[in-house]
Amino acid sequence: MIVADRKPIKEILDSIKDYEKIMLMGCGGCVTVCFSGGAKAVELLASQITIARKKQGKVVEIIQCTAQRQCEYEFIEAFKEDVEPAEAVLSTACGVGVQAMAVKYPDKITIPALNTKFMGYPVEHGFWQERCAGCGDCVLEWTAGICPIARCAKRLLNGPCGGSYDGKCEVNEDTECVWQLIHDRLKQLNRLGNLDIVREPKDWRTSTSAGQRRIKFEEAML
Amino acid sequence: MKSASTLERVLTAGKFAVTAELGPPQNANPDVIKKKSQYMLGNVDGVNITDNQTAIVRMSSISAAAIAISCGLEPVVQMVCRDRNRIAMQSDILGAAALGVKNILCLSGDHQKFGNHPEAANVFDLDSVQLIAMVKKMRDDKQFLCGEPINQYEPRLFIGAVENPFADPFEFRVTRLAKKIKAGADFIQTQCVFDIDRFAKWMELVVKKGLHKKAYVLAGLTPVRSAKALHYMKNEVAGISVPDELIKRMEAATDTKEEGIRICLEMIEKIKKIEGVSGIHLMPIGWESITPVIVEQAGLLPRPQV
Repeated sequence: MIVADRKPIKEILDSIKDYEKIMLMGCGGCVTVCFSGGAKAVELLASQITIARKKQGKVVEIIQCTAQRQCEYEFIEAFKEDVEPAEAVLSTACGVGVQAMAVKYPDKITIPALNTKFMGYPVEHGFWQERCAGCGDCVLEWTAGICPIARCAKRLLNGPCGGSYDGKCEVNEDTECVWQLIHDRLKQLNRLGNLDIVREPKDWRTSTSAGQRRIKFEEAML
Repeated sequence: MKSASTLERVLTAGKFAVTAELGPPQNANPDVIKKKSQYMLGNVDGVNITDNQTAIVRMSSISAAAIAISCGLEPVVQMVCRDRNRIAMQSDILGAAALGVKNILCLSGDHQKFGNHPEAANVFDLDSVQLIAMVKKMRDDKQFLCGEPINQYEPRLFIGAVENPFADPFEFRVTRLAKKIKAGADFIQTQCVFDIDRFAKWMELVVKKGLHKKAYVLAGLTPVRSAKALHYMKNEVAGISVPDELIKRMEAATDTKEEGIRICLEMIEKIKKIEGVSGIHLMPIGWESITPVIVEQAGLLPRPQV
């Protein structure tokens, strides 16, 4: 899933300071699961904005909505009437949802309320960790199902750097050294030989260095 | 011979090699390099010029190396993967060779978190193993990484790599060394050794695998001036093992500078006896003036004329 985190309230208030009528648009997808942008988060943010404006002696009208998924045109088109009276759309979706809104409602200012962080999952309740960098050329087959591109601060492909100590990464001592994890799991699977192979430089064209990436699934096209 | 490097000739001749580190300044003053070069001249076989070590911006290692060459030294240009992609690296490799550089040391590089621009984007287009393989391909196959030929003047560099015997996973440290040698490393300089026992244990594994016959291993040594410096190494630098008795010894010393030199000399004696070690690499952080003193007192002068 995509994991996002709400921007500081001060930054949000500053970004909407010129508008009195705001459509606050939540998303029922990933950001609902990570508590940052679903219907409940929309309700909380709306009350925070209302209270802050009251303190400033200023008025604000907030139209609260939550799309099932803000990243698909068919779900956000249904909100035409809610968007219409607003001066600006404040979105609690990930960056994908914000951009979909901007396309569908081109005459409205679109403002993000979240910082989109990474693709990952909760390792415990309320604690998410990054797992995939979307590099476009998966290496998990030989890395014991543990990704060094997303989880090594240097994206190394040939094993841990000299800063791996006691299972921890030197860049952040709260972070496990991903290469220690890969090493241990390969050992457990009797596949340590995978680490003897000199891995070739990665072709980053499948990642972000060749510009926007696209996928066409012909059978699904109308 | 793979290169015209003196360091290569010393090692090939079976002599105990000595290299030392020279850190470029955090400004554009060439005199700093010239002054530090005087400590090295005639005392070492190669001078490592660090590449923005600990991710702090300094004069570029290739520029500093060119100045060192003009002072009569033979530099070992350090190159990290943190700041440049494969295009810039190959370009710099050609440029370094054109300036007369004959040795290169390939490293991943300290993460930018530790430096003075922690907000910078890092590159890591290649990792250190891939960088080694790329330099070898340029030298031996006369080809760029992409496979296109290098016309006539290929960079003839003696290729170095680093290894940290004190980092984890311990058993993988020898595997990683083997990978670097397989990729093309001709010589290895290790992370600084304080824990002789662990280093000896690691060397045993290196010898058992016959890796000391495929590449020359130089043991890294850092002479220190105070117990505080040892504490710092132990607690703040990931992957350095400092035995407590060494710290106690420094704390008990009346003249810690002298004690630091004595410890370093004793280490050199012990290291010379460890099978498979071909030399030492001195890294006196910010204390380059001590290099000639240690080399002389260790009986490593004069340097062999090969």
